[in-house]
Formats: sequence, structure tokens, C-alpha cells
Amino acid sequence: MAYRWKNDLTRADATPRNLILNRRQVMAGAAGLGALTAAAAARAQDALEPNTFEEISSYNNFYEFGTGKEDPAANASAMVTSPWSIKVDGLVDKPGDYALADLLDGLTTEERIYRFRCVEAWSMVVPWNGVELADILTKVGVKPEAKYVAFETTVQPDVMIGVQYKVIPFPYVEGLRLDEAMHPLTMLATGIWGQPMPNQNGAPIRLVVPWKYGFKSIKSIVRISLLAEEPPATWNIINPREYGFYSNVNPTVDHPRWSQGSERHIGGGLFAGRIDTLMFNGYEAEVASLYEGMDLKQFY
Amino acid sequence: MDIAGTINTALRRVPPVTIYIAGAIWGGWLFWQAVTGSIGVDPVNILEREYGELALKLLVAGLAVTPLRKWTGINLVRFRRAIGVTCFFFVFAHFSVWALLDVQSLARVWADIVKRPYITIGMGAFLMLIPLAVTSNNLSVRRMGAAAWKRLHKLTYPAAILGALHYVWLVKGWPLEPFVYLGIILILLLARVKWPTARVAA
Repeated sequence: MAYRWKNDLTRADATPRNLILNRRQVMAGAAGLGALTAAAAARAQDALEPNTFEEISSYNNFYEFGTGKEDPAANASAMVTSPWSIKVDGLVDKPGDYALADLLDGLTTEERIYRFRCVEAWSMVVPWNGVELADILTKVGVKPEAKYVAFETTVQPDVMIGVQYKVIPFPYVEGLRLDEAMHPLTMLATGIWGQPMPNQNGAPIRLVVPWKYGFKSIKSIVRISLLAEEPPATWNIINPREYGFYSNVNPTVDHPRWSQGSERHIGGGLFAGRIDTLMFNGYEAEVASLYEGMDLKQFY
Repeated sequence: MDIAGTINTALRRVPPVTIYIAGAIWGGWLFWQAVTGSIGVDPVNILEREYGELALKLLVAGLAVTPLRKWTGINLVRFRRAIGVTCFFFVFAHFSVWALLDVQSLARVWADIVKRPYITIGMGAFLMLIPLAVTSNNLSVRRMGAAAWKRLHKLTYPAAILGALHYVWLVKGWPLEPFVYLGIILILLLARVKWPTARVAA
């Protein structure tokens, strides 16, 4: 059901994108002349403003297309995203291979402006377009025994240089606990800024879980499975000490190699400095109850 | 004349100061691109990386001088001091971007150095390079004596290994690049080992 959740991030009275860009360019020039305080002040009011389409679509982690941040934008255009079908299996009433359009049929696509926090300690604000995952799961019918949801990314070795080099195990897989998956914040996104999802951002459909580190929000999904047991998750397999199954954004639990207490907000420029990372990425009021009684240092 | 000889003759016309000038221009150009935003959307991170990688490249170049002369006859010894000092300049720039533009707090800089092993070893490499940069002049060579000076400058070897490990340790997964640097540095160091002459089994 659309519009179950109300945004507290605004588009700053729908500032047109070109104006945002212009102001940033002016800012960059001012910063260059040493106006550091001005840059910091502008950052504070910028914080809840979406990043530009250009920023969101040019700085990505999508290891199938290479490990560099610019690699996905350079390499992902060859990915085949149409036709697209998603295999729904496991503990569901109506398993099957669903065409993307059939899965979305009858659901209202809405815009959600979410903070996005990468485990590498950078962040953006993204205006996603999509539907709540709960609506899709309700559509296919979740059996009572199901406790987890597993997701899988497409593998197209011919056009995926990262897959050819096996930089990490593929297909990329991720998972959520069922209550996390059914939470109204959790969405399947099909676009950003009102435009179709760019390939490098996970076209044609990807998961968005705004209170977890970005790698949980799996891209270009071809399979959704309902399971009784906790499913494997790619980064957790690669390095379980560094990437837990939950991977909730938590400034008090550091990555073993770096601090998670602060982040670089993309778009601030060279002199912006870091901003403090918020508990559950700022969605504490909405999601903290999911983890009541859990030791978040143990279940990181 | 052989190829190495031709190259050596041509290089005699190039003053070593060229390397300082090229380093300063390149470093300044990268900084300017970061200021204007044309370097990418995460300029702090990209600048940090670019300066760090340039330092590693110059470490490799400096370490390659001796094996290159041994294997090919091409002699770049005249340029080695400039390569080394420019390398130090980029390590310092890399450190400065990290400390002043990224973490931006003395307390956090110290906390990271103490707590994060990859930063600890990077800092270790930086500290090792300081005495080398300070003594990279003829006066120091004369005062210390050539033997002692040479011994001190062997600190380049552990610094290079720590620098490469610093890179390997900070990345996620297994990207190729940091391992290529580590591999090349190890090869260049192994090339210096004086192996005992192999005895033929009777």
C-alpha cells in the first residue's frame, strides 16, 4: 500500500535540479577561495536535500562491473534489463517466474527520499521511486513458516567484467529477516529522480533498506526466496567479522578497520568535512523496535 | 651505440629538477580539480587515493633504479634523489588530505593511528621517510659519511613494504591493484638480495 510512510526529508520546496547544481558550483568556487565557514554552513542546510541525479548515478559500488566507484557507470550500460523476470520461490503461496510488470501491476509507485549510508563511510540522499517490498510479498503470499527473505542479483558474465575476474563470489546474494522485509520503509525501487533506474544503480529493480549499510540494498534482483532459515549474504560470506548479517547503520559499532561514527556526505565538495552518522541512519524511531532486546554489538 | 647507451645520452640533457616541477604541477592540478569538483563527486576520497597511489608509484620508480641499471644498463641514478623527495612530497600530501580534509580533528587522527592497523603502518612508513627526506642533500651525505647515509636510506625498503600493505589492508574484497604494487615492490626488493652461489650436487 503506497504512502504508508511519511517522509521527513524534503526536496527543499522542490528546488529544480539545475539550480541545486548551480549553487554547488558557486559554492565550490567560494570554497576554493578559502571560504570554509560558508561551505560548512551551507552543508548543514544541504544535509536533507537529495543528491543530484549525476552524483547518484556516477558514484556506485556494483562489483559485477568492477571495484572502482566510476566503473559501474562506465561498464553497466551493456547489462540486459529488458525483458526482466524475477523468480519467486520457497515458502510462498504463488511461486513462479514473474515478469517485472506483472509483479508491479496494480501497485502505486511513490517517491521516497531516503538517506543512503555506505559501509565505506560515505553517504548520499536519494529520491527513490518504487513500491514497498511488503506489497510484493503480500501479492505472492508468504507462508506462515517463512522467517527470512533472500535476494539474488543477475549474473551476465559476458558484460560483467567483475564476474569474469571473480573479484567476489557471484551471484551477489543478500537477505533480510521477514519483519525487516515487511517494514514500511523497505522498498523495491525502480527509479531515481522520477527517471528509470540507471543500470549502474541496479536496474530495473533493486532493494532499498535505508537503515542498513548500502550493500544490503541488493541491485538488479532476479530472485526472491522466502525461507525458514537465515540466508547467506555475500559480504558476510567474504568476511563475517567485518560484515554482519544485520549490518544496521550504527555509529557506536565500528567496522574493524575504520570508524563508523562519521561519514563524508557526497556533494559537499573538498572542504565540507564529515558529518556525524545517525543511529539506524536516522530511522531509529521507525525501526529500533525491530531489534528490541538484541545486543547490536553482537548482531552487527 | 646500444639502446641503453642512447637512452643514457638522451637523459644526460634532462635536469633532475624536471621531476620536482612535474610532481608539483601534477599534484597542484589534481588539487585544483578537487577544488572545482571536476575530479569526481567524492573529491576528498579521490584526492587521498590519487596522492597515495602517486607516492607508491614513485616508491616503485625509486626502487627500480638499481635493478634497471643492473639488468638493462639504463642509468637513472641522477634522478633518484628527485624521485625520492617527490615521493615524500606526495606521502605528505596524502597524509595532509586525510588529516586536514577528511577526519579534520587531531583527536580522531590520533585515535585512527592507534586503533586502525592499516593507518598505523601507513603512518609508520611516513615516519620512516621523514629522516630520508631531511637527509636528501649533499651536505648530509658528507656529514654522515657515505656508508652511514646508505645504511639510513635502506629504510626505503621497509617503508615501501608498509606502504603497499597499507593499501592492501584498506580495500574491500580482492581488487587487483594493491596486490600488483605489493608484488612489484617485493620483486624489486628480492632483486637486491645477494643469494649464496648455488652448489651443484655431486
